[in-house]
Amino acid sequence: MKAEENHGNTKKFGMVIDLDVCTGCGSCMVACMAENNVPFRKDESDKLKSITWMRVYKLSNGKPYPETDICYLPRPCQHCEGHDGHSPCVSVCPATATDYDMQTGIVSQIYTRCFGCRYCMAACPYHARYFNWYDPVWPDGMEQYLNPDVSVRMRGVVEKCSFCIQRYQAAKDRAFMEGKTDIEESDYQTACTQACPAGAITFGDLNNPAHAVYKLKKQPNAFRLLERLGTNPKIYYLSSREWVRRAGDNYLKNEGPAKIG
Amino acid sequence: MDSAFIPNGVRRCAPGKFLVVLAVAGAVLLWGVYAMLLCWFKGLNQTNMNNNYGFALWIWADLAVIALGGGAFFTGFLRYIIGKDELKNIVNYAVLIGFICYSSALLILAIDIGQPLRGWFIFWHANVHSMLTEVAFCLSCYFGVLTIEYIPLILENRGIDRVPFLHHLGHNMHDIMAVFAATGAFLSFFHQGSLGGVAGVLFGRPFSFREGFFIWPWTFFLFTWSAAAYGPCFTLLITRITEAVTGKKLVKDNVVELLAKISGWMMATYIIAKIVDTLYWANVTAPSKGFTLMDFYSHNAFYGVWILILEIVIGGIIPAAILITDKGRKSPAARTTAFVLAVIGVCVNRWVMVLQVMAAPVMTFDKWALYYPSWQEVATTILPVAYGVILIAISYRYLPIFPQEPELNPID
Amino acid sequence: MFPFNFEWIWDMPHMVFMGGLWYALGILGVGMTYCIIKAAVNAGNHATGNHD
Repeated sequence: MKAEENHGNTKKFGMVIDLDVCTGCGSCMVACMAENNVPFRKDESDKLKSITWMRVYKLSNGKPYPETDICYLPRPCQHCEGHDGHSPCVSVCPATATDYDMQTGIVSQIYTRCFGCRYCMAACPYHARYFNWYDPVWPDGMEQYLNPDVSVRMRGVVEKCSFCIQRYQAAKDRAFMEGKTDIEESDYQTACTQACPAGAITFGDLNNPAHAVYKLKKQPNAFRLLERLGTNPKIYYLSSREWVRRAGDNYLKNEGPAKIG
Repeated sequence: MDSAFIPNGVRRCAPGKFLVVLAVAGAVLLWGVYAMLLCWFKGLNQTNMNNNYGFALWIWADLAVIALGGGAFFTGFLRYIIGKDELKNIVNYAVLIGFICYSSALLILAIDIGQPLRGWFIFWHANVHSMLTEVAFCLSCYFGVLTIEYIPLILENRGIDRVPFLHHLGHNMHDIMAVFAATGAFLSFFHQGSLGGVAGVLFGRPFSFREGFFIWPWTFFLFTWSAAAYGPCFTLLITRITEAVTGKKLVKDNVVELLAKISGWMMATYIIAKIVDTLYWANVTAPSKGFTLMDFYSHNAFYGVWILILEIVIGGIIPAAILITDKGRKSPAARTTAFVLAVIGVCVNRWVMVLQVMAAPVMTFDKWALYYPSWQEVATTILPVAYGVILIAISYRYLPIFPQEPELNPID
Repeated sequence: MFPFNFEWIWDMPHMVFMGGLWYALGILGVGMTYCIIKAAVNAGNHATGNHD
């Protein structure tokens, strides 16, 4: 595992997703869409125009039966830190419409600032950024079910997973009202984490030894997607299967996850 | 009918014929405008772009016309700064072509953004660390320079020149044109380079990412260099086409050969740098990210090694070899072939640096994404061509674009 | 773009980038102003028959 950038004493929220536990049920995707008012269309057959802040990929080891093996890989925004907050997408945005918060490690998107040049999408190797090709249209009555804490996005802007930042803000407000100086691990959890029936997703402060993710990310089977690019993401994956760990990054024939180190 | 506005000492076609040309080009223009309005009012869902292809045909067209329009800044640089006086006979046309290219590029950018009414955010809320910000600023400023360079030409129209204020304005602008040209060269160096930087800084995309010098990836320098090398070829190609359409010799061979020679040597040195860059990228940069060269040229239905050969050999080495040899330059057929190949070469380079970057998968479980443009994208990309034809036709008819035309085509 | 925009920071990147921009715009602005004023003066001389 490459040396991580340090936020000093600040928070650095991240996830650990256990791929051996994930069943690929898609609950995380549904919860994410409901929590974050993610728009959808009647016809979603063109997946390249769909908006899925959390997307579950199906990976295969490519071997014939009986050695066939598959793995489901949930992919939220990786909230890359890059080098000193120089994440691939934040540094390229010409209008300062996306930001890396050194206090939380969250890469945020300012919808009303974005003018839709899509340079950030070109910069993101994870396809975690989505463009609103259409105006959001909700089925009759569904407006009543929208989350009032999350603004809906207009046509022509880019959006992405925010680590349910509205929940962080609400948790901070609650802590303030209760006279606490800080929030607990359970005070701020993302919708996908809570919705996962298998408990595959763990969320917390990667800098806080009291949080589960702090220990989980140090497991020998932990890896991150495309680490070799220097994106320094905050989503860690666990898998006991070597082919899955290898699928997390690109390697030359004579290389492997262990050798790169 | 309009003879009072036609320059002295030249002959132009009948007004009826001229209007037919304008009408045909105008029809194509209107088709493009209709598509443009669809994109503005209905949104970018009118295109076939998608979340894998955030950058597509328009961005390629944008980069390509800016590279091709590079003839304006480089010819101006050679004429006004280096002092190649013969080039005064082609610099007007280079400026006009540059003006068309850059205005088209700005229009394409205005169509390409998802929220056109927020386009000014790129200036107002500028992130100075983004290459695209540098592109927007320098592009807009340089378009201002091209406008300033084009205005004196308009003021030379016989009808306009009769107005004393405008006559003197044109004269004064000519007098300090070297200052404007130098500013244009400065701005061009940065915006051509930052267009290269747009792709080169994408460290999440191993196909385009390049190391570099200070904050600039190598593509920054390669783009500036290639625009200076290939841009004049486009100017010369359009000059050749204009000569064919009008049936007249408009620029003397010695002028064409001089610009072709400089372009050829620029191209030759550029292509050496490009080959070195490609070798370093293929053997060092990409493998350090876990990729081999062939990962980018296989397992898909379109992008093969052929595109690398087309760009570097057919569109680079061959035209450079033709233009740096005396024999090649002096043969009209050979040098026109070189111009065509050079234009193809630089367009292919811009294509791969935009579309192949988007197409190549980065995650191991991702797939190549191929895309074809919608008719709205095609129409809006052709729009600048029609607009260019119209502006060239009008400028050629009413302005003394080619100073050598009266001498080369005396009226009996 | 301007120091009163809230994203403006008085750091080297802003000063170099925006300095270059305003320098270029300044040259173009001053150059064009000079040409226009001189043309107006020349045209005035022309009208009064005072040719240079």
